[in-house]
Amino acid sequence: MNRPVPPLRPDGHGAPPPGGPGDVRLLADWYATGRPATLADHLERHGPPPVTAADGSPPSVPLVEAVEAAGLTGRGGAGFPTARKLRAVAGRRRRAVVVVNAMESEPASRKDQFLLAVAPHLVLDGAVLAASAVGADTVHVCLPRDRPAQYRRMDAALDERRRARLDRVRLLAHALPHTYVSSESTALVHWLNGGPARPQGGPPGNRERGVDRRPTLVSNAETLAHLALIARHGPGWFRRLGTGDEPGTLLVTVAGAVADPGVLEAASGTPLATLLGRAGGPTEPLGAVLLGGFAGTWLRAEHLHTPLTRRDLAPLGAAPGAGVLVALPRSACALTETARLLGYLAAQSARQCGPCRLGLPAVAEDFTVLATGRADQVLLSRLRHRTALLPDRGACRHPDGAARLAASALDAFAEDVGHHLAHGPCPAARRPPRIPVPPATPPETWR
Amino acid sequence: MTRIRNLRVDRLACTGRGLCAELLPELIGLDEWGYPVLKDRTVPAHLRAHARRAVTACPRLALHLDRVRP
Repeated sequence: MNRPVPPLRPDGHGAPPPGGPGDVRLLADWYATGRPATLADHLERHGPPPVTAADGSPPSVPLVEAVEAAGLTGRGGAGFPTARKLRAVAGRRRRAVVVVNAMESEPASRKDQFLLAVAPHLVLDGAVLAASAVGADTVHVCLPRDRPAQYRRMDAALDERRRARLDRVRLLAHALPHTYVSSESTALVHWLNGGPARPQGGPPGNRERGVDRRPTLVSNAETLAHLALIARHGPGWFRRLGTGDEPGTLLVTVAGAVADPGVLEAASGTPLATLLGRAGGPTEPLGAVLLGGFAGTWLRAEHLHTPLTRRDLAPLGAAPGAGVLVALPRSACALTETARLLGYLAAQSARQCGPCRLGLPAVAEDFTVLATGRADQVLLSRLRHRTALLPDRGACRHPDGAARLAASALDAFAEDVGHHLAHGPCPAARRPPRIPVPPATPPETWR
Repeated sequence: MTRIRNLRVDRLACTGRGLCAELLPELIGLDEWGYPVLKDRTVPAHLRAHARRAVTACPRLALHLDRVRP
């Protein structure tokens, strides 16, 4: 099955394929019209968001129940049940706040940028509906500062809604410093409260004490768009696609050695190989895919038949993460690629917690020595030891993610590791790298 | 009635002074940079007094004994 995918253009312009693929919900309008949906387009197709509770009235219980019955989980990477999050925020005394996390700091991911470019009002509807469900009067939309065009478009979309007097809640767009960890939920909240966009850890968490010390729901942009459709069509409709355990569709960014890289929407449970096929298929024989993002997991090519669900990927130590799939050709040096990814992750540490500030660069350096063929058994066991000490020792999960990447590389490419130890660097190490990695430099600002 | 207590390190506050590992080596080790590694976060009853001492000794107030909700 070789389905077309929308081009990877965050500006949202470019002709979508005629007809479009079947498992499409969030991107349905884009496939139908080929242009970003204005508020008029959006209202014509979907009508206004079915907000039940007026501002000031008690939180809307039916929506939380619908979201729970639908089995919606967060699409930002962690996959937490959305209904549980809504309940935890709704059940408190003070008026709540909703934060839309549209930072998309994962360098390999484009899905939230794409979604916001083609269907901004679906995301904003979701935010407004979530606000009514938790009893919030304010929605903060967090965008990265280095995507000014995206910010302008969001501002225009918010203007459209204001002129149409569509929403009872206040919607505000913000441009935050863009670092790998500034998108972490406590970092967003800390920035909105006037501080640097660095993770704060807990307790108490955002749900209890977030923006202005109020209960705060932080949700990924895509998650809210799904919520907007569940509110309209119900949980039964949502469950018509996907698996019983993990219903619905998700946005996937397919990158690397495929003919037509881009963002596509697929039913949960679609095999990885099918996703690669929908992105034009591999341009050369693949050795592995990087799944989930830079803080994700390497999967060898023999696992490409695996369905994209947490349940099917868990035995392989992997997870869908933020829906990133990077195809790595067999001709590339996976260890060199991993060393570069780790170098970036180390540079992007918020440098707050010792284990991350010192441990991440040490792991990245050991990995570089390994990839360049200068390592011995002693260094390899030190690398394993240092990697094992990273998880669960930070205020956020950044070190955990880097450790997951390093450990999965040592595991998936064990043969290559042995080869590099015995024979030095492979010829591929001298060729240009295949995965684009932003410069491994520390962030300029956190505020 | 015995309540279960868990050790927790506030990673933002901790600067790796290492007193906790000296006072509670049964549960806390140090990494190569001197930052604590919890061997087990659950504090057994016979170590509770030692754990409390380690908590009060931390110059950064970074070590916590959390009451576990049943």
